[in-house]
Amino acid sequence: MGVAIYVLAFAFLLLGIYALVAKKNVVRIILGIAIVEYAVNLLLVLVGYRQGGIAPIVTREHPPADLVARAVDPLPQAMVLTSIVIGLGVTALAVAMATRLYEKYGTFDMNDIRDLRG
Amino acid sequence: MNVMVPLLVGIPLGAAFLVVILAHVKGLSGLPRVLSVLAVAACLAIGIVLMAGACGDPHQTHTIFAGGWDGTNGPIGVAMVYDGLSGMMIIVINMVALAAICFAVAYMKRFTSRWLFHALFLLMTGAMNGVVLAGDLFNMYVFIEVAAISSYGLVAFGCEKAELEAAFRYLVLGVIASTFILVGVTILYALTGQLNMAKVASGIAGLAGPAGWSARPAVLLAAACLLGGLALKAAMVPFHSWLPDAHPSAPAPISAMLSGVLIKAAGAYALARIVFNVLGASPSYANVLIVMGTLSMLIGVFLAVGQWDFKRLLAYHSISQMGYVVLAIGAGAAVAARGGSDAIAGLCLLGGLFHMFNHAAFKSLLFLTSGSVEHATGTRHLKDLGGLAKRMPVTSFCCRVGALSIAGVPPFNGFVSKLIIIIALVMAGYPILAALAVLVALMTLLSFIKVQRYALEGDTSPQTASVRESAWPMGLGMVALAVVCIVAGVAVWPLKQFLFDPAGEALLRGALGAVRAAGGAP
Repeated sequence: MGVAIYVLAFAFLLLGIYALVAKKNVVRIILGIAIVEYAVNLLLVLVGYRQGGIAPIVTREHPPADLVARAVDPLPQAMVLTSIVIGLGVTALAVAMATRLYEKYGTFDMNDIRDLRG
Repeated sequence: MNVMVPLLVGIPLGAAFLVVILAHVKGLSGLPRVLSVLAVAACLAIGIVLMAGACGDPHQTHTIFAGGWDGTNGPIGVAMVYDGLSGMMIIVINMVALAAICFAVAYMKRFTSRWLFHALFLLMTGAMNGVVLAGDLFNMYVFIEVAAISSYGLVAFGCEKAELEAAFRYLVLGVIASTFILVGVTILYALTGQLNMAKVASGIAGLAGPAGWSARPAVLLAAACLLGGLALKAAMVPFHSWLPDAHPSAPAPISAMLSGVLIKAAGAYALARIVFNVLGASPSYANVLIVMGTLSMLIGVFLAVGQWDFKRLLAYHSISQMGYVVLAIGAGAAVAARGGSDAIAGLCLLGGLFHMFNHAAFKSLLFLTSGSVEHATGTRHLKDLGGLAKRMPVTSFCCRVGALSIAGVPPFNGFVSKLIIIIALVMAGYPILAALAVLVALMTLLSFIKVQRYALEGDTSPQTASVRESAWPMGLGMVALAVVCIVAGVAVWPLKQFLFDPAGEALLRGALGAVRAAGGAP
């Protein structure tokens, strides 16, 4: 179980990269963006996870010393929140660009959206 | 002094939000552009004051812990570190930003919703200042993302077909790059339990690799993710394909910012910082930098020679010139890694950092002149231009200065830095790479003779017959950068003392110095 879930996170990441690189439909590419973001967020949370850990909140039943011994690492969770917000911004921008692209080209197919040589 | 460091990020970000508010107040619609010029000028002034304050002592670093969380009780707390390298980058970023925003005041008149431009421009500048000041890895990632997202918006600013397409492709590759950077940061956090660069560095140094390995495989995986992601941001060959689409599609002042500083702050600077101050210079990382730098230098210039679109030609030259920078930094890392003399490693870094400064000046200048030409004539195809030397004297003069600088003609700045790089490569034991660097310099000269011949000399074409010189704010932006190009070519020694020695020192001190800077136990 321990290693398998990390393998799953990386497989998830590679799946998203595949969608970004190989897919030609703008909507599928945006889904690829979402998938890579979820994969990295999953990896970040897993890094802070501890088998059978408790939530890192100081309460009367769980004084700080207890948390150090048993709680999951709260820092990756803070990082994940930031990362989710960034991901939201990027996805929103990508969707906005996709709608403008559709207005200009009348298609979502990147094979037909090819005015540039590069 | 410490108080001023967060202002470098705070002023542009605050001004960006003020711009958005002011743009919606009746009667104040002229204020956004004044505000953005003032904000960038203030940042440049602070950068110079901080650098002058640190001038007597090259080891001086300012470390600021946000909210007083100084990290003694664990990995909590966001640190900003101002050292020689950050100081140099701050000056480079804000110098180019000031010239670009002056230029933009007149250039952007033909666009609508200009307040959006100013807001995004200030966000990007503030975020780049944040990248070079970031003292921990996650903070650096966040600022790279903020700068990147603003640049996606700015590339698409014209909202025409080609611009949207370029921006979308740029966004997709940018997402891949940032994903890999974040994966690398995550793995390093998992290994060391720290995010502060200095503490990660000492954590990695404590992890011995298995027999026959130079480091733990996980460290190598993290390094591969970080170097790959940052090389994609820096548009190193073979990750360069987005740059020639994205940079020319943006409005000219933004092309100048993207080519002039974004690929340095989010690319070359971050690569150097990660390799020297986090992972620690080792032969494997140095070789990666050297190979990428050499390939970019060669392939960039070969692709540039055949271009007829002025801005596209400049974009390919950006790849090539950044190749010089990364090659020199990689050579410095190689010398440092094999325990060679500090003087040779320092010379390699001096060449790389000086070329980074020079490239920021002359490439931004060239992009601004291309914008001025496009603004006046409506085209940027070289064959449609001609005879501009008579019609647009200021633009032509600035274009010549930029072209001579990038081509490495004495006494302009590009000559000095290329000469230092070539000498340093020979001394570091890479004579073949030095010969290639000379070859690339000649090819660059060839390509810019073509620009001069077709755009500035010759008979006027229908497009250029009746053009007039651009408005004075555009001229001001260009002349300022042209002056920087000439002064940096002549005043090498003072600049070396003032900017590049502290910067190279900050890199060479590497992990140990950074630990001191962060105030933690070594």
